Amino acid sequence: MPEYRWPDRNERQVLGKRVSRLDGPDKVTGKAKYTSDVNLAGTLHAKFLRCPHAHARVTRIDTSAAESLSGVKAVRVIQGPGKEVQWSLDDIAVVAAVDEATAEDAVRRIVVEYEVLPHLVNEDDLGKAGDRTKPASEQVKGDPDQAFQDADAVVEGEYGIPVITHCCLEPHGQVIDWSGETLTAYQSTQNISGMANQFAQPLEIPAANVSIVQDHVGGGYGSKFGADSWGLETARLSRETGRPVRNFLERDAELFVAGVRPSGFARIKVGAKKDGSLTAWEAESWGTSGLSGGGISMQVLPYVINPPNVRKKHTGIATNTGPARAWRAPNHPQTCWLTFAALDDLAAKLEMDPLDFYLKNLDLTERPDLYRKQLIRAEELMGWREKWRPRGQETAGPVKQGLGLAFHTWGGRGHNSTARLVIDPDGSVSVSLGTQDIGTGTTTVIAMVAAETFGLTVNSIKVNTGRSPDYPRSGPSGGSTTVGGVCAATRRACQLALEELFEKVAPRLGAEPSELEAAGGRIRVKGKPFRSLTWKQAASRLGVTPLEVTGRNISASRRASDGKLIDSGVAGVQMAEVSVDTETGVVKMKKFVAIQDCGLIVNEKLADSQVYGSLIMGISSALTEERIMDERTGSLLNGEMEFYKLAGLGDIGELVVEMWKDAEQDARGVIGLGEPPVIAPVGAIGNAVANAIGLRVPRAPFIPRRVLAALEEKGGLYA
Amino acid sequence: MKAFEYAGPTTKEQAIQLLGAQWEEAEVLAGGTDLLSLMKTFGSTPKRVVDIQGIREFQGIDYISSSGLRLGALATLSELIDHPAAQSNYPSLVQAANGVRSQQIQSFGTIGGDLCQRPRCWYFRNGLGYFPKDASGQDLVRQGENQYHAILGNSGEAAFVSASSLGPPLIALGATLRVFSKDGSRELPVAEFFRTPRQESERETILKPGEIVGEIHVPAAGQVHNATYEVREKEALDWPLATASVALKLSEGKVAQARIVLGHVAPIPWNAVEAARGLKGKAIDESTAAEAGAAAVAGATPLSRNGYKVQLARVAVKRAILNAVMGGA
Ligand SMILES: Cc1cc2nc3c(=O)[nH]c(=O)nc-3n(C[C@H](O)[C@H](O)[C@H](O)COP(=O)(O)OP(=O)(O)OC[C@H]3O[C@@H](n4cnc5c(N)ncnc54)[C@H](O)[C@@H]3O)c2cc1C
Ligand code: SF4
Repeated sequence: MPEYRWPDRNERQVLGKRVSRLDGPDKVTGKAKYTSDVNLAGTLHAKFLRCPHAHARVTRIDTSAAESLSGVKAVRVIQGPGKEVQWSLDDIAVVAAVDEATAEDAVRRIVVEYEVLPHLVNEDDLGKAGDRTKPASEQVKGDPDQAFQDADAVVEGEYGIPVITHCCLEPHGQVIDWSGETLTAYQSTQNISGMANQFAQPLEIPAANVSIVQDHVGGGYGSKFGADSWGLETARLSRETGRPVRNFLERDAELFVAGVRPSGFARIKVGAKKDGSLTAWEAESWGTSGLSGGGISMQVLPYVINPPNVRKKHTGIATNTGPARAWRAPNHPQTCWLTFAALDDLAAKLEMDPLDFYLKNLDLTERPDLYRKQLIRAEELMGWREKWRPRGQETAGPVKQGLGLAFHTWGGRGHNSTARLVIDPDGSVSVSLGTQDIGTGTTTVIAMVAAETFGLTVNSIKVNTGRSPDYPRSGPSGGSTTVGGVCAATRRACQLALEELFEKVAPRLGAEPSELEAAGGRIRVKGKPFRSLTWKQAASRLGVTPLEVTGRNISASRRASDGKLIDSGVAGVQMAEVSVDTETGVVKMKKFVAIQDCGLIVNEKLADSQVYGSLIMGISSALTEERIMDERTGSLLNGEMEFYKLAGLGDIGELVVEMWKDAEQDARGVIGLGEPPVIAPVGAIGNAVANAIGLRVPRAPFIPRRVLAALEEKGGLYA
Repeated sequence: MKAFEYAGPTTKEQAIQLLGAQWEEAEVLAGGTDLLSLMKTFGSTPKRVVDIQGIREFQGIDYISSSGLRLGALATLSELIDHPAAQSNYPSLVQAANGVRSQQIQSFGTIGGDLCQRPRCWYFRNGLGYFPKDASGQDLVRQGENQYHAILGNSGEAAFVSASSLGPPLIALGATLRVFSKDGSRELPVAEFFRTPRQESERETILKPGEIVGEIHVPAAGQVHNATYEVREKEALDWPLATASVALKLSEGKVAQARIVLGHVAPIPWNAVEAARGLKGKAIDESTAAEAGAAAVAGATPLSRNGYKVQLARVAVKRAILNAVMGGA
């Protein structure tokens, strides 16, 4: 068995290079086929009838007019008389018809009567939540009361961040082809290998008869792990009609029922000594994940910085709204903002530069050294020391500049993953994994690992993903676990295969297998490069039988070799510079600096790209993004892209991204990156706004209405 | 979207014939950037769509320095933005067209379509009409999420805002437009084109079923200093929160004639007559501009969540005036 590890830094030929993503050309030319592009002959179109009420009981349903419409092939009632519907846009019935327009017409002919029940859809005001509250028990550490008494500075504030949605550009959906005994699901998903059972069990067919197919996905962000109730209905329609059925959610349903991020509101009190050392934290937080109550997790509040004395209490609020799903770094962006806002206000009270305040308190974090180094580097890139002025210092003109910072942490240990590696006698190499490339560049990094190990070019590796059960199981792409999982599995498979190949070619080169190496497209004797075979010649030694091996990464395992390939736990520091027009309340991004470590960087270009994307997403939730519910009707008001405001290029300012590449981090192996950089933007930007105008805008997003309310000192959470 | 019949006439006479006498019968289609999105959500369900893009005489932009600018209703926002004479003489108009982003919308959206676009009120777009009410008759806008709604001209039932960014500068510049119907054509000031509907069967303009806007005429701007200032939450793919378009004639450094028109703050472009009158005879500086801003919103009646728009409108007026004069004609 080989010793599983990465090549030394100075020996790497491919790893760490800025390789462009392999699927890039297909994507920009439109050749890439997303699941929503799948168009099978004879496909029927599904449309759902959605409940118009936030809370109601179905009393009658009549589908006859829909059934009699020509072109309609099936009508199914999902929630019939007696069913209590708990949020608007929930599925009531579904129609399959020969085209989308007919399906839509049919849906509109279904008559449903409801008994309307009382609802609550907005949770920002804890005082109005009535019997919808689900309080968790208070947690206490140390002696917060004493600590506040002994503190030299104490500040109290209210802060909040609303529900936002995943807003995948390719909505949730699938095309299901159930023919005979087998079900093929073309599913827009982050979970290729975990999907078959989700169809098999409720539909009572063997999981072995279910195939999952996906080549490209247009966004998931944590919301596409499941088969979904509508996926199962689509399958039932396919069974009933004997034809493929296609279903993709409309934009409003996509925004409301297919995944949202929980809100987080909190009253926070923090205390410190004169020298800036943080001593005490007290928070009463609330929020919603929908009907379950929920909201942000208390486990990560306070965030990253753990004061010695803490009291905290959280109340979930049950609302009649679509249920929350994991959203890129679940809980962290919200609690990061709540924490760093409160601490920034404390630093202001102490008349300290927040940078100094955090440097002072780094021992309360798990990675003081790394944060210190990253803060210092971010300071340089931002020019923080030259630019920073105390909060509220008078400057000329209505437009004020401000700086803010926040930092974060994440796990990102590689998940369970199995790679099947085949070297054919003609020298071709393929790696197959039942994983998915959710736009992060998974296929590209797999090819890079194989190319590195074999001394081949990236383009000579064929990577197969996006099929189940055709390819070996790999974990869902969540928790930033994919890159570690697939890289470790691929590296293991490649090292194993190479060992076997060396055995086969060693006699030919008159050397021991252990004396061989693969480099520059050849297998050669170490130190004697003239004694070599081309890769193709070497592979031909396999005779007629391809060499096939599997490599497995086991996430929970503590094999020594795993420790060398992957690890868990990152830091990351972000600084924002904004300008705020105090006459209009308009906040503009000027510059944003993000420093991010993720262990060994497999592909720096893709890594940068993850950070850029995260920053844009974070800027959206800081500046404009918010789910807006009408309390009276209980319905979603901004279920369209024109109203659901995402940042565009003109809104993001200058983004400065720097990956952290020191030898110490590199030696830890591969660590996930997809989530950490999306955590700190709201905190950094919110603090920059406070620094610019000298007042706290307590609730994100920092739209003109809230900024002006803060300036008139009539702010508060409900502005 | 409801199935519909498509007609592509090449003359205005054919188009008018095809339009019929009821809104439900037919709708005019120009660039489609607004109509199609409404049709997709069943906000508009015409039996027939009359595509007027083939009518040549409604196309193009012409400029004659003595008589002014002729804008075909079918001229796109991009054509306006790229027109050199428009850029140099009518910056208020070009600035407003520039604010309509993205590139795709500027390339497809027409000037006529911008003036005729339907309200963006989210209750309206969710199918609840101009005067949304709940089952108990409560006014949803006034009791609900009215942060983007009207602060002026909202004493009747309507509280949505006119979505057109081109309406205000056209009115400030004294433009007229020509409407064609089966009875021939008539010309009217753009200022009289917009109106506040009082019942669901009315529209936000004086257009009746079967009528088409053919062209817009903007008088020679000569020495008219004009500018538009927009306050936006985001740079693209969004409508402004408030805008002001101003057109000023100066004589010996003093205002001889002024028009100030606010956008996105009332169900129609809001002609701030008093504010304009107050400027007469004054030199433009920070304080006279600010006074005009204050005068423009003096009668504002904000709703529960849109008080901030009063401030935005005030500042937009001030900045538009200063830009018009400092930025040159
Ligand atoms: C994301 C986005 C952002 C936008 N931002 C802005 C903005 O900031 N400011 C702004 O002003 N606009 C904005 N718009 C609106 C845009 O300017 C209009 O959609 C466009 O100008 C409409 O032109 P069109 O030719 O596509 O109209 P269509 O969609 O074809 O028609 C719109 C309406 O006008 C009617 N109509 C069109 N032409 C005529 C005519 N000649 N005679 C009679 N009736 C006619 C149609 O029947 C229809 O009811 C935005 C649009 C989008 C999608
Ligand atoms: S606006 Fe929509 S359709 Fe156009 S490029 Fe962007 S995502 Fe694609």
